Amino acid sequence: MDLRDLYREVILDHNRSPRNFGRLEPADATAAGHNPLCGDKLNVTLRLDGDRLGDVRFDGQGCAISVASASLMTEAVKGKKLADVEQLYREVHALLTDQNYTPPTDLGKLMALGGVREFPVRVKCASLCWHTLHAALESGRNAASAKVSTE
Amino acid sequence: MSARPAVAAQVVNRWLRADGTLDVALLRGQFPILQRQVNGRPLVYLDSAASAQMPLPVLAAVDHYHRELHSNVHRGVHTLSQQATAAFEGSREKVRAFINARSVREIVFVRGTTEAINLVAQSWGRQNLRAGDEILITHLEHHANIVPWQLLCQTAGARLVAAPLNARGEVELEALQKLISARTRLIAVAHVSNALGTVLPVRDIVQLAHARGIPVLLDGAQAIAHEAVDVQALDCDFYAFSGHKLYGPTGIGVLYAREALLRQMPPWQAGGDMILTVSIDRSTWNDLPWKFEAGTPNISGAIGLGAAIDFVESVGRPVIAAHERALAVRASAQLQELPGLRLIGTAQHKAAVVSFTMDGIHPHDIGTILDTEAVAIRTGHHCAMPVMEYYNLPATARASFGCYNSASDVERLIAAVARVREVFN
Repeated sequence: MDLRDLYREVILDHNRSPRNFGRLEPADATAAGHNPLCGDKLNVTLRLDGDRLGDVRFDGQGCAISVASASLMTEAVKGKKLADVEQLYREVHALLTDQNYTPPTDLGKLMALGGVREFPVRVKCASLCWHTLHAALESGRNAASAKVSTE
Repeated sequence: MSARPAVAAQVVNRWLRADGTLDVALLRGQFPILQRQVNGRPLVYLDSAASAQMPLPVLAAVDHYHRELHSNVHRGVHTLSQQATAAFEGSREKVRAFINARSVREIVFVRGTTEAINLVAQSWGRQNLRAGDEILITHLEHHANIVPWQLLCQTAGARLVAAPLNARGEVELEALQKLISARTRLIAVAHVSNALGTVLPVRDIVQLAHARGIPVLLDGAQAIAHEAVDVQALDCDFYAFSGHKLYGPTGIGVLYAREALLRQMPPWQAGGDMILTVSIDRSTWNDLPWKFEAGTPNISGAIGLGAAIDFVESVGRPVIAAHERALAVRASAQLQELPGLRLIGTAQHKAAVVSFTMDGIHPHDIGTILDTEAVAIRTGHHCAMPVMEYYNLPATARASFGCYNSASDVERLIAAVARVREVFN
C-alpha cells in the first residue's frame, strides 16, 4: 500500500478546492448521502436539461477522498446525457471495487480514484457521492427527494 | 465468599523494575499480537479503548477450555461438564472479588456492556418506569447508554434527559443536579467517557442520587481496565463492563447489580438454565444470578475473562493507571505542539484517551495515513454522536493507551501525525 496511490495530487487539489460546491436552488432533484462509519454527509442537487444533466452541485462534509470524489464527479457528469451518467456510475463503481477492472475508455481525472481499491475501508468514502447522485436521478424520475446511506 | 487475600501486598510484582516502574518490555512479551507487522512495520496499537489485546494467560485459558473442558455448564454429571462448570463459576468469583461485590449472586454474565444496559432497561426499566417518568444521562454517553433508554422511554412514555458538558468535556455536578426532578427514576452515566477520556465524579453522583432515593447505573466499559473499581465503595446500584476492554475475549461482559434489585427484577431473556421448573402453564425462576442467564453462556469467554482479571491483578490497576496516564500526558503535550492540532476533551481528571482533530484534515484521512505507518488509532464518532454534535465535529481521531504501550509508541504516534501534515501539504 502506497499512500501516494490514495492521496494523488488530483485528489488533494480537489479536496483543497472542491469544484461545483454548493446547492442549486431551485433544483429538479436532490439527495442526501450519509456514511455513518465516518460521519460523512453529502448533498447532491441537480437540474435536468432534456435528456442531459444540465447542472449539478454538492455540499457537505467529509474526508479528502469523499470531497475530492464528489468534486471530480460533478466535473465529469455535468452536461452529459443521463444514459452516459448511468454508464459512468457503473464504470466508476467497478473502478473503485474491482482489482482487475480496466475501464473501456480512459475516465480522465476520475482514474485518480483507482488507488482507492487498495484501501478497502475507504471505498465507501469515494462511492458515497456516486450513490447519492444515482439516488437523486432516481428521485428526479420519481419526483421526490431521496436519502442514501453507504451502510 | 472468601475475602480478598490479605497477603496480596506482600506478593512480589514481577512486572516492576527495581525502581518500581512498569517493565513494559517484559509485559509486552505477554502479548503475541504486538509482535506482528502491519504494512511492513512493527504494530503500534493505540486502540485499547475500542478493544484491548489479550495476553498469553488469557489465550492459554481459552485454549485449555476448548482442548480439555469443552462441554455445557450446569447440566452434565460427567467430568467435563463438572470441570467446565467449576471453571465458569470460578471466573464469576474472580469478577466478584475484582469489583468487590458482596456476593456472586450479584454478578450476571452477559455479552458485554451493551447487553448489560439493555438487560437493566428491559427488566428493571419496564417494571419501574411509568408515563411521565424521567431517566437522566449525560451528553457524553456512548450510544449503548443512550439508545436502550430511548427504547424504554418510547415504550413507557417516559423522557430521557441529558446533563450538559462544559468546554473541557466535563459533567459538572451542579448542572446534573439541576436536572434531577421528582420524576427522575434512574441516573445512568459513564464512569469514564470513551470519546473524551473524562472521568466522571461518579461517587458524588451516586451520593446525590441516593439522597433522593434514585438508583444509579454506571457504564464502566472504559473504567474497568484503568481504575480500581469497588462497587461497594462507589455504592452504585448497577455497574456494567465488557471483557474485551479488560484484556479478555469479546462476547463476554458483566452486569453487577445489587442483590435486592435483582431479586425484584423479572427475567429478561427466557429459556434454558434460567428456570427451576417448567410446565406448559407456568415456570419458576432459577436462583441468582442464573435467573438472568438464559441459554448456554459464553463459557470460554467467561473463563478467558477470569484469566484476564488474574493478569490485571498481577500487574495492579494503580500501576497500569499511572503508566497509561503518563503516556497520555506525554502524547497530549507533544500533539498540542503540532500546528493546527486541537485536543478534544481536556478534563482535569482524565483517563488514557487522547482525542484530537487537525485543521483542514478529516479524521478518517488521519486514520488511514497513520495505518500506513502501522499506528492503529480509532477515527469517527466513537459511538458517541451527541459528543461530536456538542463540539460541532463530524468525528475525531482517538489514540488510547493500554498497559503494554511504551514511550516509543508515543514517538511513533507523533511522527505519524507529522506525516499526515506532509501528505496534505
